[in-house]
Amino acid sequence: MARYDRTLIGLALAFALLMAANFLMPEWVRFIGLQTLARGAVALGLLVLWRTGLISFGHALYFGWGAYTAALLTRAGITDAFVLTVAATLSAGLLALLLGFLLRRYRAIFFALLNMAFSMILYGALVKTEALGSTDGFGVASPSYFGFAPEGEAVTTTLFAFSLTLTFVVVVGVHLYLRSTLGGLTLAIRENEIRVEYLGYSAERAIHIKYVISGLLAGFGGAVMAMAIGQVDPDSMALWTVSGEFVFITVLSGTGSVAATYVGALVFELIRTYAFEYAPHVWQLILGGSLLAIIMFLPEGLWSLRQRLARAKG
Amino acid sequence: MQQLVVILVDGLVFSSYLFMVAVGLTIIFGVMKVLNVTHGSLYAFGAYLAAYLVGVYYEAGLPDAGGFLMLLLAPVIVGVVLGLILERGILRHLYLRDEHTIVLATFAAFLMLEDVIILIWGVDPYFAYQPVSLLGSSEIGGLAFDNYSLSLVFVAATVGAVCWYGLRRTKWGKLLMAVIYDREISQAMGINVTAVYIVTFVLGSILAALGGAYVAPTISVSPGIGVEVIVLAFAVVVTGGMGSIGGAMIGSLVVGIARAAAVHLLPEVELFVIYAIMAAVLAFRPEGLFAPAKARRI
Repeated sequence: MARYDRTLIGLALAFALLMAANFLMPEWVRFIGLQTLARGAVALGLLVLWRTGLISFGHALYFGWGAYTAALLTRAGITDAFVLTVAATLSAGLLALLLGFLLRRYRAIFFALLNMAFSMILYGALVKTEALGSTDGFGVASPSYFGFAPEGEAVTTTLFAFSLTLTFVVVVGVHLYLRSTLGGLTLAIRENEIRVEYLGYSAERAIHIKYVISGLLAGFGGAVMAMAIGQVDPDSMALWTVSGEFVFITVLSGTGSVAATYVGALVFELIRTYAFEYAPHVWQLILGGSLLAIIMFLPEGLWSLRQRLARAKG
Repeated sequence: MQQLVVILVDGLVFSSYLFMVAVGLTIIFGVMKVLNVTHGSLYAFGAYLAAYLVGVYYEAGLPDAGGFLMLLLAPVIVGVVLGLILERGILRHLYLRDEHTIVLATFAAFLMLEDVIILIWGVDPYFAYQPVSLLGSSEIGGLAFDNYSLSLVFVAATVGAVCWYGLRRTKWGKLLMAVIYDREISQAMGINVTAVYIVTFVLGSILAALGGAYVAPTISVSPGIGVEVIVLAFAVVVTGGMGSIGGAMIGSLVVGIARAAAVHLLPEVELFVIYAIMAAVLAFRPEGLFAPAKARRI
């Protein structure tokens, strides 16, 4: 390992650049940025899981859980963004911890589908709960920051700065985790779990920890999404197709780097926004088509383009 | 007492519907190890084409009974055309990749097909009520049930019996069982695995489309019907044990009757009782109720 970590330097640079750009971007760019940060966080959690060879088709569970937690708190009169985010993140993490005791025994397709079953239970419960607005959901009050309540364009500028800062902390944390021994174990588990057990590590425990991390990240993403859109509803927060979109971002990005996840999330957001804008009748066709193209022709994700280019240059 | 009868009959009808959509999914998974998300699209295509053909048929004023033929014709067309396109166009290139990638590829195809349906048939719902009204209704325990829904039970039973016979008692079934057991050895023994895959996928697709076509007269065929059915079918197949026809049958009975009970006794939980059962079953039987045993690889 080099004396300095290039990824960390890159992340810090990107953070500073985006922070500066925050005050220059038009509102709609910032909105795409916020959604990227929200979905990127969930995809980052899936990346942590994917490194062990596990894919969840149900992380909309934690995403929706986080979003609804934040939304419910604003309903109760608590609007501090920091409190909302931390509460959403921790409650989703706690849920992941509990379900993890069951889920850590499963692998492959069963893991993916059992996650989906749990997310559909939440979805079903949300749709049937009149108090939470049923299929319409309900509005989220605009957040405040330690007593400061921004107005006008400052609402999104502040939210973006806030989310970006927390995202930076989270991404660096995940990066350091993946470099640690416990993080390094992930790839070993993917290759051969039984041998990892023979070496004296508990694969189930490692998977459980990763699962909780992914739950925390998804809850964080949910909170950011709820504050960015100002509305929560079951169809765009907890349905299984939402989980599918998260997996899409993970595949798009590849497992190469934590930064790649956010690049993937941004590309996804752009495809989605533009497809929806210019071809509202065929946006799923475009989305599905790009996913299929990635799977067929770029199996390692967008990040592998970098290595391919490097190799081409010699 | 009357409520019990209603729950049982409703449950049985719903179970039959579930079985029809789940059996194709479980066969495809058993043979090809592909968890096919496009199953939902095939179901929707079957429903749309059937509703369309039935509509055209009765518009033309042809004899009443022939409308039922349309319900059989539609799934065959859908299964053969779409099944071949999906298998030859997409899946064939991915067999060597891991399970997740294949699921994702079918998810991508599913997204695309959702829009293709809208491009072909538009967003307005289709109704093909004629077969239902032609069959009339009958009374069970003092309550009226329409005969068409009841006939679903017999159709599902027939489908189940044919699949069982085909797999266990014919030469083709034996070949299939060999491929299920070990793909590479079967290939080495001279079984044309490519052909087995194509036939399996097309048959599974026809079954999915048949489910859609047969249900079409009882629902309003509108965009989004595939989304719901695919998660239902997943739940049934996973509950019963993936790749097992008996499992699909027991799974659909458990899930179908539980949902009917929920609808009549506690409507608030209707939407998630199915997944709750699935989670509960998996907590005790991690591979589902009737999963074929698998060797541990070191």
